Formats: sequence, structure tokens, C-alpha cells
Amino acid sequence: MIWVSQLINGVLLGGYYALLACGLSFMFGVMRIINLAHGDLAILAACVAFFMADSAGISPFVAFIGVLPLMAVVGWLLQRGMLERSLRAGILVPLLTTFGLAIVVENGLFEWLGADTRSLAPDIGDFAFDSWAVTGNIYIGWLAALIFAVAVALLGGLKLFLTHTSLGRAIRATAEDPDTAELVGINARSVYATAAAIAVATAGLAGIFLAMRETFTPYSGPTQLIFAFEAVVIGGIGSLSGTLIGGIVLGVAQTFGAQINPQGFLIAGHVVFLAVLAGRLVFAAVRTRGGFHGLFARRS
Amino acid sequence: MALLGVERLDARHGLLQAVRGVSFEVAQGETLALVGANGAGKTTLLRTIAGAHKPAGGRILFEGIDVTAIPAYARLRAGIALVPEGRRLFTEMTVKENLLVAGACGRVGPWNLDTVVEAFPLLRRRLASRAGNLSGGEQQATAIGRALMTNPRLLLLDEVSLGLAPIAVEAVYRSLEALIAGGATIVLVEQDINRALAVATRVACMLEGRIILEGRAKEMTREQVTEAYFGLGRARRAAP
Repeated sequence: MIWVSQLINGVLLGGYYALLACGLSFMFGVMRIINLAHGDLAILAACVAFFMADSAGISPFVAFIGVLPLMAVVGWLLQRGMLERSLRAGILVPLLTTFGLAIVVENGLFEWLGADTRSLAPDIGDFAFDSWAVTGNIYIGWLAALIFAVAVALLGGLKLFLTHTSLGRAIRATAEDPDTAELVGINARSVYATAAAIAVATAGLAGIFLAMRETFTPYSGPTQLIFAFEAVVIGGIGSLSGTLIGGIVLGVAQTFGAQINPQGFLIAGHVVFLAVLAGRLVFAAVRTRGGFHGLFARRS
Repeated sequence: MALLGVERLDARHGLLQAVRGVSFEVAQGETLALVGANGAGKTTLLRTIAGAHKPAGGRILFEGIDVTAIPAYARLRAGIALVPEGRRLFTEMTVKENLLVAGACGRVGPWNLDTVVEAFPLLRRRLASRAGNLSGGEQQATAIGRALMTNPRLLLLDEVSLGLAPIAVEAVYRSLEALIAGGATIVLVEQDINRALAVATRVACMLEGRIILEGRAKEMTREQVTEAYFGLGRARRAAP
């Protein structure tokens, strides 16, 4: 029964990872940018929500209303002010740019709030740890269930948005071929800025939920980036439904790893990530070389 | 006033000058066919007019307004649509989505999803198919339909018959003739001289980036155009 309980916990944890990875996957899918500041932008949102709760007593659930539009504006400005320029210089420069941004955000937050560990859990009361008892041994946490539901709704909503709205179709067209998109009347610059706004807003959403479910510091961003990156790679980079699956696989692997050994939480997640990555590389090599025989044949 | 005016246009690909001081005008309702051998500069000229290629010099006037500096998406919204060489469809999207994405540009007119499907009946049963899975003829019909969805005032068509089976070429040209009969203004790049002479009101022949022969299609013979095409005859520009 303990494994069933861990499986449920892993799936729900996967919802958080999917939520966190959503923006990373979306930004790569549209602009081919791997945003190394993604985790730090999530922490930035967590810090803003913490500041609102701490200084003005605003509920973290109300803080979403203010923080998410703010993060969308940050994303829009980030694209227009930095990423757009760096994209012109090749694929490596945006990577370095977002790496630099990550360092600036981390140290800026440290200057603002100091190195103390913080959490929004006290601000949401019992909701942070209450749960439903499914059986005598299996419990489902309210907050974990809410985060999972939000992740499914966000990823599903984004998929519907991309398929059934004109802006969504414009984003997909621009992602596939920005030059031709301009020839059908799409302002690719504007579409990129909108996509960045959506991606950073979703990072903010994940950041506030992170602050509700555990503690964070100004330097928590890189760890969150690793989890997001692993979920994206496991699920297939650029795929929204794959991101949900990737998050769940990572979450289940971590909870099972923790069940086997207390040190196994992180290690099991990394092992699954590496196994999937290796599998993808072998599969790609097999495809490009025409089967296993071609892969292992000696080059003349 | 001409719908399109091109004045001393230059365009480069790095050190190579692909278009050299080209000037011409296209009146409302006219069909101009640009013919010429590979590398003559036809595609670059069309892409420069559409805003997909930056000019090195000269001016492009559309309805008397200088559009040389405005981006491609704004030119489309002004009414210049390009069907690019190789179709350049959004292959991950369905045919319907390819059409709708262009239809959202904000221009109003007679063309919508229903009228495009009516003009290209072969698309009716393929609307839900991914554009990447279509045959060449279906892809070309989708590409032209996508441009029409923007309700253009000027349609630029680049090598619409290239790589198509003869039966598909016939189908595409039947649709084009219907468009021309309906009063559309078209600049058409075509390597098939016979087809160019058959559908166009005027023909311009390009060689090494310049227009070396231009005149009314009815007044030109296939031999004249062929000589200019290969740079054999004496260049001349007849009065439009």
C-alpha cells in the first residue's frame, strides 16, 4: 500500500514539475531559446508574493492576481530588451544571456531579501498540509492536488489556445517558420514577445506554488531549473502534453527513489533523466544511420 | 496611377547583385509575367517587393505610397501577398489552419475559407490534413489559397508550376485564369514561356538582374521572348 501512496504522491509532485517546466518548454518550442534564468524567474515571483504577504498581509492566492501580470510584463520586456537582440547573434548568445540574467536575478534577490529561508506555507494556514484520507494509509494533500489540477488546466488550456485561437495559430506558425509567418501578416517580433510573456508568467505561477509547498531562498532557482529541464527532456522538448508526462515520470521516480533510500529522491530523478536522454540519443543515432547495424558498423 | 511602382530597385545576396536597377509598373487588374533563366533575379525581385528581402537601393511604391522600408507583415496588411517559391507552408499545421492563420491578418474582402475552398475544390477533403502530407498540387493550391485569404490587392506568384505533375499544373493554372478573369492584379514568375504568354497581359524578361525585354503579351512572339531569355536577341523595352 505504501507504494500506491508513493505513486499518488509522485504523480501529484509531477504536476508541480510540469507546471514549472511548462514555460521552459513553451519558450523553447516557439523561440528555440533555453532560458537558463527560468528557475530564478520563478523564485522572483515567489519573492514578490512573499513580500506582498509579509508586508501587506495579502493572501498568496490573491497575490497571483498581481504577480502573474507583473511576470508577463517582465517576460515581454525580457524578450524585447534582451533576447530579441541576442537571438540575432546566433544560438549560443541567448544561452549566455539568460545565464547572465540568472546570476543578476539571484544576486538582486539576495540584496533585496537576504539569504534567509522563506516560505508562504504559514500564510495559507491548514491548506499547506491538510489532506483527504482515501484509505487508512493513503492521503492526498489539498495543496498538491490543487497544483496538479492547475498544471493540467494550464497545459490543456495552452494546447487549446494554440489550436483554436488566431493568436495561438500565429504563435505556432511563427515557431515553425518566422520568415513565412511575416509573409502571411504575422508580426513575428510581437508574437515572440507574447510567447515570452506567457512563458515567464507560467514560471511565476510555479514559483508561487513552490513557495506555498516548501521553503526557498534567493539561490533556489538553479535547482528548480534542473527539475524543469529534466521534466522537459523526459517528456520531449517543446511538447506541452509531453511536459506533463515528463513531470509525472520525474515526480514518480523521485518519490520511489526516496522510498528505497532517503538519499534516493534526487538520484532516482537524475538516473531516469539520464536514461531517457541516452535512449533518445541512441534512437536518434539509429534513425540517422539506418538501424542498429548502421550504428555499430565500423566507419571506413 | 499604377498599383505597383518599382523604381531603380537593387537587391544583393552578399557580394552578388541579384537585381540591378529594375523599374516597372503594374496597373490595377493587370497580370505581369516575369520570365527568365535560373539566377536571373526573378525570385529575389518578387521577395524584395513582398518585403522578405531587403533592397540595396531604389523604391517600391504601392498605391503611390513608398513601402520600401516597411516590414513584410505590414506590406501584406497593405495588400501585397506573396506565394513563395517552394510553397513554404506551415507543414505541422493543417490545411485549414494554414488558411485561417493568413485570414487573421485583418483585411476584409471576398476571400474567406468557403470561397477559397470553392476556388480550389481539391482542398475540400484535405482541410483536416497536415500540410506536410499533401501532394505537390494540393500544397500549391493551399499556398495560393493562403495568399488569397489575406484578400490581397496585389498577388505575387513565384514559380507556381515548379515541381508539379502536368495534371496539377493544369489545375493550378485553371484556378489562376479564373482569378485573372475576376480582375485580380498579379505579378507572376514563370519559366514556362508559353504559359506566361498565355495568361499575362504583359511580359518582362529578366537576364542577369535586369529587365531586358518588356511588352504586351499579345504583341510578343515566343521567339522574341526565347532570345531574350537566353540573352541572344537585342534587348528592348516596349511601351507598356
